[in-house]
Amino acid sequence: MRNEAEKRVIRDALGIGIATGTYGLSFGALSTTAGLTLPQTCVLSLLMFTGASQFAFVGVVAAGGAPLAGAATAALLGSRNALYGLHLARLHRLRLPRRLGAAQFVIDESAAMSLDTRNEPLARLGFWAAGLSVFGCWNIATLLGALGARALSNPSVLGLDVVAPAAFVALMAPRLRTPITWWAALIAAAVALTAVPFTPAGVPVLLAAAAVVALSLWSSHDDERRVETDSGEVPRNASHVDDTVPEERKVG
Amino acid sequence: MWVAIAVGAVSCYALKLGGLSAPKAVLEDRRVQKVAELLPVALLAALIVTQTFSKQQELTIDPRAAGVGVAVIAVLLRAPFLVVVTLAAAAAALLRLIA
Repeated sequence: MRNEAEKRVIRDALGIGIATGTYGLSFGALSTTAGLTLPQTCVLSLLMFTGASQFAFVGVVAAGGAPLAGAATAALLGSRNALYGLHLARLHRLRLPRRLGAAQFVIDESAAMSLDTRNEPLARLGFWAAGLSVFGCWNIATLLGALGARALSNPSVLGLDVVAPAAFVALMAPRLRTPITWWAALIAAAVALTAVPFTPAGVPVLLAAAAVVALSLWSSHDDERRVETDSGEVPRNASHVDDTVPEERKVG
Repeated sequence: MWVAIAVGAVSCYALKLGGLSAPKAVLEDRRVQKVAELLPVALLAALIVTQTFSKQQELTIDPRAAGVGVAVIAVLLRAPFLVVVTLAAAAAALLRLIA
């Protein structure tokens, strides 16, 4: 028997799955218009399975960049998934074989759904329910989007070349919460645009990433000094977990 | 292409698994947290500007800029994802039709 709270978690998870399905549709369409085949598109959703990274991969390829530059950008964007482990490892305490399976479902949505720290079984249910529901919807939607786009003739006439940057705007907006995130965005944009005329496609994005890693290291060094002097504030952690979940879907 | 897909997928999976397996001290490190907070923002910002204002190695302004401008407005108005993307694509397509 499932109680009310469990039902609510599962209902929320299904809602999030359907919402991310709409990203999946656009991803499928974008990926095939970028020149990837149908199997390549579906394999990305099955195996890479982390939305922003997949958009970045096909976005770089569509812009004429080397596929490996796309892979590097995708991996850098996937770095945030590693941080979710901080909270999730404590929650699940999984041994190796199960951990290998759980890892694939570590994404923005499942991490956000497992934030209920007062009720661990419910948080674990949230992780699995969201992970599996997003996985199902995402892959089905990818296939449908890819099939749909194959039926179209000239993507640039339809404005499909704007889908990727528009998707990035939607993905970035909820992350711009503090002045330092704005600075990171502005510096990255400036570095990337400056590098465009001098480097092959795909490289400007990686240079921007390098510049911002340097900025983060410098600014965290600065933070440390501040904490030493007034020893008050505890750095926020895990609160960025819910970043890409749409506002109305946020849990907890 | 398949090689790049494999490299990308394996790296993304390794990051997920690494997070579940890494010692707590590493993930609680302030520098690690800062990088993981700012890196996605930086990459998205760089991807937006390069895919809007460049064609291969040239900087250009074309209907894509209008499309992305529409996307920004839609996001500010809290439109759902699919609406943002569709409006942006429609704006760019419309502009090309007129031109």
